[in-house]
Amino acid sequence: MAALLYALRTLARDWKSGEIGVLVVALLVAVGSLTAIAFFTDRVSKGVERQATEVLAADLRVRSSDEPNPDFFVEAGARGLDSARVLAFPSVVNFGDEGQLAALRAVSEGYPLRGALRVADDLFSSAYVVRDIPPPGEVWAESGLLARLGMAVGDTLQVGAVELRLTRVLEYRPDQSVGFVALAPTVLMNLADIPASGLVVPGSRVTWAALFAGGDAEIARFRAWLEPELVEGERLQDLSDAGEQVTGAIDRAQRFLTLASLVSVLLAAVAVAMAARRYAARHVDSVALMKCLGAPQRFVLQVGLWQLTLLALVAGVLGSVIGWLAQFGIAWLLAELVGGALPAPGWLPALMGLVTSLAVLTGFALPPIVQLRTVAPLRVLRRDLPPPRVAAWVSATTAIGVVVLMLYWVLRDLRLLLVVVGGIAVLLAALVLAGWLLVRVSGRLRGGVGVSWRYGLANISRRGGESITQVVAFGLGLMVLLLLTVVRNDLLDGWRASLPEDAPNNFIINVQPEELASVREIFRANDIEPPVFSPLVRARISHLNGVPVRELEVTDPDGRGLLTREANLSWSAPLPASNTLVAGRWWAEDSRGTEVSIEEGIAQSLGLGVGDTLGFSIAGEPLTGQITSIRAVAWDSFDPNFFVLFQPGEIEEFPTTWITSVFVPRDERTALLELVRQHPSVSVIDLESIIAQVRQVMDRASLAVQYVFGFTLLAGVVVLLAAVQATRDERRYESAMLRTFGARQGVVLRGIVAEFVALGLLAGILASVGAVVIGQVLARQVFRLDYAVDPMVLFGGPILGALLVGIAGTLATRSVVRTPPVQTLRA
Amino acid sequence: MVLRAEHLGKQVSSPEGTLTILDDVSLVIPKGQTVAVLGASGAGKSTLLALLAGLDDPSSGRVWLRDHELTALDEDGRAQVRAEHVGFMFQSFHLLPSLTALENVMLPLELAGRRDARTAARAALVDVGLESRVSHYPRQLSGGEKQRVAIARAFVTTPSVLFADEPTGNLDAHTGERVLNLLFEMNRQRQTTLVLVTHDEALAARCTRRIELDAGRLSADRMN
Repeated sequence: MAALLYALRTLARDWKSGEIGVLVVALLVAVGSLTAIAFFTDRVSKGVERQATEVLAADLRVRSSDEPNPDFFVEAGARGLDSARVLAFPSVVNFGDEGQLAALRAVSEGYPLRGALRVADDLFSSAYVVRDIPPPGEVWAESGLLARLGMAVGDTLQVGAVELRLTRVLEYRPDQSVGFVALAPTVLMNLADIPASGLVVPGSRVTWAALFAGGDAEIARFRAWLEPELVEGERLQDLSDAGEQVTGAIDRAQRFLTLASLVSVLLAAVAVAMAARRYAARHVDSVALMKCLGAPQRFVLQVGLWQLTLLALVAGVLGSVIGWLAQFGIAWLLAELVGGALPAPGWLPALMGLVTSLAVLTGFALPPIVQLRTVAPLRVLRRDLPPPRVAAWVSATTAIGVVVLMLYWVLRDLRLLLVVVGGIAVLLAALVLAGWLLVRVSGRLRGGVGVSWRYGLANISRRGGESITQVVAFGLGLMVLLLLTVVRNDLLDGWRASLPEDAPNNFIINVQPEELASVREIFRANDIEPPVFSPLVRARISHLNGVPVRELEVTDPDGRGLLTREANLSWSAPLPASNTLVAGRWWAEDSRGTEVSIEEGIAQSLGLGVGDTLGFSIAGEPLTGQITSIRAVAWDSFDPNFFVLFQPGEIEEFPTTWITSVFVPRDERTALLELVRQHPSVSVIDLESIIAQVRQVMDRASLAVQYVFGFTLLAGVVVLLAAVQATRDERRYESAMLRTFGARQGVVLRGIVAEFVALGLLAGILASVGAVVIGQVLARQVFRLDYAVDPMVLFGGPILGALLVGIAGTLATRSVVRTPPVQTLRA
Repeated sequence: MVLRAEHLGKQVSSPEGTLTILDDVSLVIPKGQTVAVLGASGAGKSTLLALLAGLDDPSSGRVWLRDHELTALDEDGRAQVRAEHVGFMFQSFHLLPSLTALENVMLPLELAGRRDARTAARAALVDVGLESRVSHYPRQLSGGEKQRVAIARAFVTTPSVLFADEPTGNLDAHTGERVLNLLFEMNRQRQTTLVLVTHDEALAARCTRRIELDAGRLSADRMN
């Protein structure tokens, strides 16, 4: 108890005198950055969880690409179950001359069977729950659509061949996804309007859902009846498999963001270590006195442990409050991506905050504090006795141990842990080496500069270890910011610029065979060269090398996706222009047969090679093809391309629609409007608006990541403060000596400014070089571009670094210069 | 008998070889005696004080404080003896900067587990005339006031022995005089055994006994 009281008193006093300020701020940054992510992902997970019960908008759901069997509804009715139907497909809707890709959902009376729709009467009024659906002739649309088309409630929306009045703003539907990027806003309409719209014809790419709800027992019995009735292409969904994909996406996002925030935690931990070492050094005399007055080692240890525990508690709670506040920022930045209002977070992240603060203190502050108990009481008489030292291997082992444990806690995957630990070790080694080189080189330069700069540069090389830490801390933060802002934009712009001027900017899908001639004629009439159309046959992969896919366990998510959804097949006599052969041989142009060519990514995902066989179910009929070639596809050609191409001759008899991509100049878009009006079932997808939307999503996501790395810069500032604090006595003494010898205050201050500006420059150079190297690697490996170095990257780093570190460092140190020399020398 | 030392010796190793700081010192100090330890710089005064107070281990010899053989105890054992029986005063006061005057005086009481620490400490500060300074921090006190806080801290546990290392070394003559008056007055009231290390002949003259050290050896031991 005495130890606790003493610990409390000392901490309170040390807090007042600013002695533990840096330590606390470092902990707050660590806890704040980690809990911000934890609170945010907790909200998203809670949203998903809350929605899980209504995510199907039913108890049982049958998904299919064809209209569901009417017998299902008859049987459900006979068993006293409620039922409804949903038809979903993407389509371009028009308001005046403006078109926008929308996710159309046509629903029948009774939808949703579970959960409820929430709507608002206009864009800015509050939402309320409704129990009905849009009546025929009306639509309810998400606010995104209104914004993008400049519409208001009451306006008329062109949906295929019909005009529907927008009567409400759709705020929420139970089966919307949370934590999922939905590019197109939803338009909810009445199923009864679909025939008149002409949007759905045989072969259209649509998804039907039959919804059923009722008592648990009835649903279970109905399910038992239903399962044997299902045919190929119909999939039963219940709560257990709903949202599986969503949860996976959230897991990945959480891991990524948490890893990003761990960078700040690590840097803050370095600051904690520096501050704790100084704290221990400052308390050596007090401990010697306490021991002289009769305090046993146990008491000293207890005091130290209480101090750490109290600090951990305070920083854990306050840091969690900061994290809680900061997550609103992330939620706001990512609002469009997670969709809908998120529920409030739970308390678990705060617990994580406490654990983090305790772990950081244990790993980085415990060794010097524990070591205090070995201070010799004789120090009260002999100040020259050296203070106890913590063996380097003890500090290193505890710190690394805690970091590895924290990483494992985030990753929960031993293999990934090894990869990440290895990656961090290599990255740190590279950064430290670069930092060391920079510090060395700057030390050499000091012969050729003025007195202030010489003093500054001398300080940097004299405090080599601390200088390297600061250069790495700021360098890393600045590098990430440069990458996310300048380099990212450069690369995207470069990629856009690398596309040919006349690269297709519109996809035209769902063209029926009998419409081909008329569509071509519309182009010709508008002086546009009709593009080449590719056939498209919808099929399902049923067998791999003769083994039914349901008996296969495919671990690759892309491969699994391909096996569970419908595949688009096509046929072609020549090898398409944007394809290159990577294995096997291409069939002769005039050959007929069942040879198949697959895309290389898919070959890899499914583990397929030349000579393997693929079994398909096309409109219920089986067809097997043998793989004779594997292709690499340049997807960014924007030509219609296919994962699976057949040799001509076999699949032409199946229902086919045609697809193409075409370049239509902005001012000639009337041709496309005419096309849509004459052929309502044909969908025109404007690539530019999709690219713009993708870019918007990326902008938002990268803003969120920048936000997380803002904590990294903050951690860098804390490292700087810790370093300044650690050297304050020394600096005060030096400044007093210099001024005693006649240096004016200005000269000493200039020396300090020079030191921090130089440090910032070094960090900035590290950041710029790093950003340029990573940018070049990305340009070559991912974008296949020649990327000229942007002067913004080259000069941005050093300028930003010099400003940030120069200002922060000078502000933190200026009191040293202000202290009258006599006060320092007398003390 | 409060303090007894037998054949105390202290050697340390240095780059020039083994250095003898204290050589075969034996003495007995009875209860209530005031002893001045004198000698030139480096004569071993502070080392003797450190060994008698159990702050350091001798290279040879034994020390008893009351009925505890300090040289047979470990560091924590010696700390416990100090907590119960020993008070200290130092040239540089050694007040904890993070604690108020009152808290500084409370510290040894709290370490000894006394429940009345606050009242006893307050009374001790009243005794040294610092009732108006109880909640001041050391940096807000003058040198004389700091040393008076140190006196209060030294006497508050009513120790059997008080060790003082140059208690007036950092004070001007006038203040030093006042502090010494206080110290001897408190000592008289409480019948504490006092062991003072000093260069100051006037101070030594106020003690009942003087011990002189020369190059680590006891060169004189006489009553005033």
